[in-house]
Amino acid sequence: MEGCAQEGQVKLLGVTLSPFVVRVRIAFSLKGIHYELIEEDIQNKSELLLQSNPVHKKIPVLIHNGKPVCESMIIVQYIEEAWGNKAPNLMPKEPYDRAIARFWAAFIDDKLVPCLAEVFTGQGEQQQKAVQELVANFLILEESVRTNPCFSGKLYFGGDEIGFVDIALGGLSAFVKALEKVTNSVLIDEEKMPLLSAWMDRFCEAEGVKEVMPDPVKLLEIICATRVKFAALPAAN
Amino acid sequence: MAMEEQVKLIGWLRSPFVTRVRIALALKGIQYEFIEDDSENKSQLLLKSNPVHKKVPVLFHNGKIVCESMIIVQYIDETWDTNAPNLMPKDPYDRAIARFWAAFVDDKLALSVWGVLVGQGEKQQKAVEESLANFLLLEDALRASSCSGNAYFGGDEIGFADIALGGLLVTIKAIEKVTNTVLVDPEKTPLLCAWIDRFSQIDLVRGILPDPAKVLERVSHQRAKFTSALAGN
Repeated sequence: MEGCAQEGQVKLLGVTLSPFVVRVRIAFSLKGIHYELIEEDIQNKSELLLQSNPVHKKIPVLIHNGKPVCESMIIVQYIEEAWGNKAPNLMPKEPYDRAIARFWAAFIDDKLVPCLAEVFTGQGEQQQKAVQELVANFLILEESVRTNPCFSGKLYFGGDEIGFVDIALGGLSAFVKALEKVTNSVLIDEEKMPLLSAWMDRFCEAEGVKEVMPDPVKLLEIICATRVKFAALPAAN
Repeated sequence: MAMEEQVKLIGWLRSPFVTRVRIALALKGIQYEFIEDDSENKSQLLLKSNPVHKKVPVLFHNGKIVCESMIIVQYIDETWDTNAPNLMPKDPYDRAIARFWAAFVDDKLALSVWGVLVGQGEKQQKAVEESLANFLLLEDALRASSCSGNAYFGGDEIGFADIALGGLLVTIKAIEKVTNTVLVDPEKTPLLCAWIDRFSQIDLVRGILPDPAKVLERVSHQRAKFTSALAGN
């Protein structure tokens, strides 16, 4: 049957705290797909990881029947297509709706994620600037939820059910919340971003999602520990 | 099958990203109206159609607006799915690989090559090394593909990853010229060079690749702008 993959061997290389790994775990969880999670040590990457993702050497990596798939949202699309017969559909059916979903997932990866990274590693003024840019990008998302007919009035970016954009953004939730604590700032302001704020609450409580969200305490711990290390490094070019 | 009328594309011909979309439209035999815009003076239409990025290309199809070149290419492939050729492979794994390499071209290669154009001294040297390394990775990908007997990244016809890289070819050559660097070295990346020749000779593609002189002019202008800004610091 087209789109039906043998479950076979499904392995996921990653760390449970990584927002990119969370994205993939959400997709698996929603589809009810069983897999073996192989925890990686980022400071000491395994041969398997380095061989499976020689180009980027990053997690997550999905290994399905021995074949590696890399890059979180590419993995999510692969899961959708390889297990096409398993509900829910993570991508819309219509080409135009798919283009819109891809556009906003790309926005999240190309604009939001780099800001998150800068807030994560930055100090002082540089970090403040990144926080401002991040808030501006969240406002753009709020606007899209408010006005785009694909999203407006719906429970999720994917409509009645969680979809591609929800996973792209929602996978970052725990990380965003941890950074709010680290920077003592509000990134998703309930007053300025009521729709996004409501969406985030809804998403984080959803069946299939809440089970794979990272432990906020552990995540905050590791973010703070990593920031200390970054602060100790000589100033980068 | 999608209605073909009312397909419009906003852009400028020398843009590598616009070139990608024009190649996809040509391969599928889709008629469209090209609306030439001005990078120094973007039209209201462009700014309203792509308010988030304010960039070209933007595709209009029966009143719907699609932005981002490789997203547009996927849209074209899925909307005109009965027009040969298929730009994406059928198998989910092959599709993931195609998407991976297209993303690599956008996220790594384009950035490093841009770094060569705008950089100076040590920074530029680093960008050159990164670009060479990135082209070597593409060489590896081609070698893997050619082991399966394929002439292109995805198969025996041009597809998604080929279009992603192919759109950039004229610009890459222009950057090499302007900066007096070699980024695509026939000795280091023979398969890639053979692919470049093969790709550029396809009739449909040849008619679409931008005028090298115009691209060179633009690239020179960009280098001057960035290096004078640096000099002013």
